[in-house]
Amino acid sequence: MDYDSLRHFADSWGLLGMVILFLGLVGWTFRKGAARHHDQAANMIFKDNEDE
Amino acid sequence: MDRLVFRAGGWLLLGLLALLAAAAAADSGFAIHMVIAALACMIAVWVTASKADYGAMARGILKTPADESRYDDDPIRWGVIATVFWGMAGFLAGLFIALQLVFPVLNLNLEYTTFGRLRPLHTSAVIFAFGGNALIATSFYIVQRTCRARLAFPGLARFVFWGYQLFIVLAATGYLLGITGGKEYAEPEWYVDLWLTIVWVAYLAVFVGTIVKRKEPHIYVANWFFLSFIITIAMLHIVNNLAVPASFLGSKSYSAFAGVQDALTQWWYGHNAVGFFLTAGFLAMMYYFVPKQAERPVYSYRLSIIHFWSLIFLYIWAGPHHLHYTALPDWAQTLGMVFSVMLWMPSWGGMINGLMTLNGAWDKIRTDPIIRMMVLSLAFYGMSTFEGPMMSIKAVNSLSHYTDWTIGHVHSGALGWNGMITFAALYYLVPRLWGRKRLYSLRMVNWHFWFATLGIVFYAASMWVAGITQGLMWREYGTDGYLVNSFVDTVVALQPMYLVRALGGALYLAGAVIMVINIWKTIAGSPLREEKPMTETPHNEEADRPIVAVPAE
Repeated sequence: MDYDSLRHFADSWGLLGMVILFLGLVGWTFRKGAARHHDQAANMIFKDNEDE
Repeated sequence: MDRLVFRAGGWLLLGLLALLAAAAAADSGFAIHMVIAALACMIAVWVTASKADYGAMARGILKTPADESRYDDDPIRWGVIATVFWGMAGFLAGLFIALQLVFPVLNLNLEYTTFGRLRPLHTSAVIFAFGGNALIATSFYIVQRTCRARLAFPGLARFVFWGYQLFIVLAATGYLLGITGGKEYAEPEWYVDLWLTIVWVAYLAVFVGTIVKRKEPHIYVANWFFLSFIITIAMLHIVNNLAVPASFLGSKSYSAFAGVQDALTQWWYGHNAVGFFLTAGFLAMMYYFVPKQAERPVYSYRLSIIHFWSLIFLYIWAGPHHLHYTALPDWAQTLGMVFSVMLWMPSWGGMINGLMTLNGAWDKIRTDPIIRMMVLSLAFYGMSTFEGPMMSIKAVNSLSHYTDWTIGHVHSGALGWNGMITFAALYYLVPRLWGRKRLYSLRMVNWHFWFATLGIVFYAASMWVAGITQGLMWREYGTDGYLVNSFVDTVVALQPMYLVRALGGALYLAGAVIMVINIWKTIAGSPLREEKPMTETPHNEEADRPIVAVPAE
């Protein structure tokens, strides 16, 4: 694979793949039931009571 | 026992090899480094051989509570002390070179103390020694707490800590001796780079090992940031430092890349060192310590995940903005600029997420000086991630590039964002790690806050003025079509600004000295400082009574 074909792959399929992957990862946080999961995750750091 | 002999023997062999390399070295710098490496190996032999009472000894020196059923905090305690120590060294070096720019006589007419050699010493000391130790220590602390699991591979974790200190010593002494790869923020030569690679892979193993043995099903977002920082730095470090040594027994090597490819590789590395070392890693600290100190969960966990993925996908492309108007192809420059501008969004999302964590508890800024530091650090994260994208725009860059504006920008990020969040994390960690009721003094944290804040203001403001002055003077043409100012004209014009910058640095250092005293006294277990509390209960005895109807007369 020479520079030219790599370059063309990068600004076509490579770019499309990255955009879809990114949108998928961001979209995943908006799935149904995510809020409850996020809430648990955010509060998890307070489970230890080392700071009493 | 066999294991012990095997290990001690291994270190001994390594030490002897280093001594042989020193004897056969092609240059004196390499010889000195190999002697240092041999000494480190001998210390490792001694430590390995006397392992039995080693833990107790460390506890004796550092006054750490001995309780084997708790988290493995020894490397974190060392890391906290190392962070403070290297921080002081780095700030002092910074102040010294700032003064050198005003008073050239401070170069001392010695090759070892010239600006050119002390400058990488300063940048590496603050970024890799101060920042790096802070990152290693806090990542070990946070990954254990959020996974509810003891550190994996305790021996390897200790190797990571001490191996990293050896890296720092080799890098620092190398700069003074004139050994340099010549790549900004990647100055150490090939053998030091190889050593750091080994240490870094061990770091990755300890971190991932701890995540694998976690007792919590979810991996807290701070660990995502830490993991991306460790993996990306490994990748950047290896690719940017690909080089061919001139001699396997000498300190000189030549980069595997040439010309503009080398420059682009360097700034792909350089900008992502900012993005993943100074941003992702410190954001991991932010996402743990800010909610913990504020005693409320992060404002939006979803936003923190979006923040994470956006940084990962965008940061890696921003490097070319360091090479505007160079031999780099125009499309690559524009790509770097566009991605830099896009980075503004996730950065501000993250800043807002951190600040809004205090939503409903804003009074803590008044009563808790540690929260105050965290808020300032987030504010500077916001300001420098606005300034950065702005400076990456080609039109702005044509004025700002190569001027002191860049230095001001770096320092508002480094002193404001990285420094303040690290100080806050240190203040959070010290009483907890050494089992103290609280810090020796909260008022002194407040003093530190104001000294540091004032220092940053002087620093950033003077560098804005200096940078814009410099940029405008460089591009000023007369009616005859010739440049109006020579380079030395700009130097003369900037001297007062350099003095103000040194004052800012001195204030920042003064704040850090207060921190050293405070942390020292806290670790030593001194009785708490007698001081006015940060907040008092407002109570007016006179007004606190029912209204009694007064009979008319």
